[in-house]
Amino acid sequence: MTEEIIVSFKQVEKKYEEESVLKDITFELEKGKFYTLLGPSGCGKSTILNIIAGFTEPSEGLVNLNGENAAKTPSEKRKVNTVFQDYALFPNMNVFDNVAFGLKMKKINKKETVEKVKTALRLVRLTGYEKREISEMSGGQKQRVAIARAIVNEPDVLLLDEPLSALDLKLRTEMQYELRELQRRLGITFLFVTHDQEEALAMSDEIMVMKDGEIIQTGTPIDIYDEPINRYVADFIGESNIVEGRMVSDYQVSFAGKSFVCVDGGMNPNEKVDVVIRPEDLTLTDATLGQIQITVETQLFRGVHYEIVGHDLDANEWMIHSTRKSEPGKVVGLQFHPEDIHIMRLGETEEAFDERIEQYASVADAVEKGGGVDG
Amino acid sequence: MVRQRKLLSVPYYLWMGLFVIVPVLLLLFQSFRGMDGSFTLLNITSYFTSPVYLTMTGQSFLYAFLITVMTLLISYPAAYFLTRTEHKHLWLLVMILPTWMNILLKAYAFIGILSQSGMVNQLLAFMGIGAQPLLFTRLSFLIVATYIEIPFMLLPVFNAIDDIDESLTLASRDLGANEWQTFRSVIYPLSLSGVRSGIQAVFIPSLSLFMLTRLIAGNRVMTLGTAIEQHFLVTQNWGMGSTMGIVLIVIMFAVMALTKKRQRGGTR
Repeated sequence: MTEEIIVSFKQVEKKYEEESVLKDITFELEKGKFYTLLGPSGCGKSTILNIIAGFTEPSEGLVNLNGENAAKTPSEKRKVNTVFQDYALFPNMNVFDNVAFGLKMKKINKKETVEKVKTALRLVRLTGYEKREISEMSGGQKQRVAIARAIVNEPDVLLLDEPLSALDLKLRTEMQYELRELQRRLGITFLFVTHDQEEALAMSDEIMVMKDGEIIQTGTPIDIYDEPINRYVADFIGESNIVEGRMVSDYQVSFAGKSFVCVDGGMNPNEKVDVVIRPEDLTLTDATLGQIQITVETQLFRGVHYEIVGHDLDANEWMIHSTRKSEPGKVVGLQFHPEDIHIMRLGETEEAFDERIEQYASVADAVEKGGGVDG
Repeated sequence: MVRQRKLLSVPYYLWMGLFVIVPVLLLLFQSFRGMDGSFTLLNITSYFTSPVYLTMTGQSFLYAFLITVMTLLISYPAAYFLTRTEHKHLWLLVMILPTWMNILLKAYAFIGILSQSGMVNQLLAFMGIGAQPLLFTRLSFLIVATYIEIPFMLLPVFNAIDDIDESLTLASRDLGANEWQTFRSVIYPLSLSGVRSGIQAVFIPSLSLFMLTRLIAGNRVMTLGTAIEQHFLVTQNWGMGSTMGIVLIVIMFAVMALTKKRQRGGTR
């Protein structure tokens, strides 16, 4: 994969009157990767798309498209196409004319247009639908037409603004596979916007987690899932147990009244930290075998697993995803491995976080191999 | 439940019967009656053979057509730019405000403006051109009629353009269309439904405008509406008046059929 940079934002800000929608956004998108902007509604992720597409201008900062300053380029001249949340298909045209719209505007000849539209429709598996009216298409089909209409122009970047949110669960999962597959085949950079963390984890090469107009953390799905930078990311990216703890020394953390071996370091001795353990990383055992003992309070059958919630002696709440069931009122033990413990410093910046992780990751591998002994 | 619903619909059926169906039937009945009250086809045959009536119908058509074209030419750009202003609904309100005034009042206002010693002529005199006969001309009729009909065109066209999803415009720009191309291939086709309703709302009433023909055009313009009024109130030839009424209704349906929405597109 080449390291060509297609889009870059440098300290971009966006203000509507006095309200700041984007604060100091800096990132780079490489050619041919699948990026996701993940965040709750109103966090500014759609504004980033609008700035790239040219629908709105940044108040401050530099936006480069393909290495050139994009400030003077109107949206119709940008090699960027968008798949809109409500598809925005032209109701006065049939499927062919919708897909051919961009080519027609570029004055590409008839024969080539027909050829390209055909290819685009084949890519989204809508061959033979050329003559259909938009009103005759189902939600999923409209979605595909919208994608075909965008990719037929061979953009450098394809922007997707929550394109799956209007589809039902089954179709959504199907489209996730298809989008990912399509992106790999076309080699176009995708920038996907969503508030659904599962979608983001399933499709992306890289996720940017946003909150209140800022990018909180950038990383691969695994990085973000395993090493969330703070409580917000940990909570947003999946269900988590977050308890307060204290760093005794490097690779030694204490929480729930005990001390445990972990794989993190680089903090000050006795620094207060947040400790994250995912519900699926906790194993239910007998009380005597567990590293932590909890009293089960509720148990919910979720299909794939039981969702068990209980409290330890320090009144921390723990959620466990277990395929074995327990019963409310019972005292059980929890087992976990040192690498399941994720430590988050309070108020750490992403830069400092990345630096620390890099420095301690190699050492951590060694600790892991040596086997974790709990305290 | 069903019984109750039927009971509730009675006033509407009564209204339809008394004020729509019965009058039309009466009109039809009248058109087959001669001056002496006997059954005759004379009204219809003389309407379609008399050059006077046919020219008048033609003239009526021509004026209604011109008025419709002029209102459309003024209203469409106005509506388009209105949808792009910040306080669009306030501006729209301002523009359709004159419809709340009685048509007679507006006509009299124009008499004041266009008369020999009116504002326009004072201005022309001031510019050294000298007073021109403006009132009681065909042009003044067209201008005033257009002015009066503009809101009826503006409103449906504005609504149609305003209803077009903002994201469609963005999508068009996104796909490489400039502002003019966006207008031509997206906004214009999608606003046609409003244009159609506008034409219906302007063309048919323009055929039967009658007060203005006398007050502004000084009887230089004879529309179907004027002729019907004259037949009922002046010559008391109700039979011929009714025949023309029927002709007007037929024309109305013809216009509705012509401006009917095509099946393709526009349906969402």
